Amino acid sequence: MSSESVSQNHTAHFDAYGIKLGMWLFLFTEVLLFGGLFIVYATYRFLNPEAFHEGSSQLNLVVGAINTVFLLTSSLTVALSITALQKGDSKKAIDLIMITIVFAVAFMFNKYYEWTIKFEHGMFPGMDHYKELPPGEAQFFNLYFLMTGLHAVHVIVGAILLLIVAWFIKKGSVNQQRIVYLENAGLYWHLVDVIWIYLFPLFYLII
Amino acid sequence: MLEKNEVHIVDYKFNILVWIDLLIFTMITIEIAQFDFQALTVMVALVIATLKTYLVGTYFMHLKFENRFLQTIVVGVGLLFIAVLMVLFTDFLYY
Repeated sequence: MSSESVSQNHTAHFDAYGIKLGMWLFLFTEVLLFGGLFIVYATYRFLNPEAFHEGSSQLNLVVGAINTVFLLTSSLTVALSITALQKGDSKKAIDLIMITIVFAVAFMFNKYYEWTIKFEHGMFPGMDHYKELPPGEAQFFNLYFLMTGLHAVHVIVGAILLLIVAWFIKKGSVNQQRIVYLENAGLYWHLVDVIWIYLFPLFYLII
Repeated sequence: MLEKNEVHIVDYKFNILVWIDLLIFTMITIEIAQFDFQALTVMVALVIATLKTYLVGTYFMHLKFENRFLQTIVVGVGLLFIAVLMVLFTDFLYY
């Protein structure tokens, strides 16, 4: 018994719950960050309904919808990866993380495509065509670039976190017993998904 | 005396069911966007998005299986944020 408790000494100080609670507290600050921007969006949209309608109609609904499906599916693969590691199947867990990364890259590729077209039309803050936009529409595109840009940064960070966790799973330091790092990276990824769940209808759909 | 945290495993199949629900909600959001609900347009979109968030939070983020304290603070922050939005929208309605 005593030798067992010595060998478990390391895990005894491993506070998985505390680690997860810390992640949740961090996620709350993310909600504040994007929440503030959503309030700004709602206010400007209320003040300039026609301009926001006009701006929204210039976004590519198909690309936005495809990206929504990409992110929802990547959330699924992260959830499945956690299930796999809980069952002790680390190879499957890593494979599922890699599928998630593929979706993240596909999402960013779509984003790149969308923004490139906007650049070609001079539609970025500071460019020629942008300066001629009516004030309300400029506000729409300011918020569009700011909010989807900030979200895209989160996609990149989330993908990097998942890659690091996949590396640790391969090394064996994240495993069935010490799964919390995968769970935390997953929590972050799901938050990125949730933010997009709100961004998509607000920018692409609302008439 | 070793207190092991009970691990609840969400089945592969169940995760996939949640994902299908999320896709259905996405289709509903796109369909419903064709109607103009006037001042409530943003509100309707937010309600559907919140239903999707509920699914992601409850099952993908495993909130259903976390302890009471964590559930309480997450729901608390959520309600606080919804309260702020409600105040904002009431302001719009009587603008």
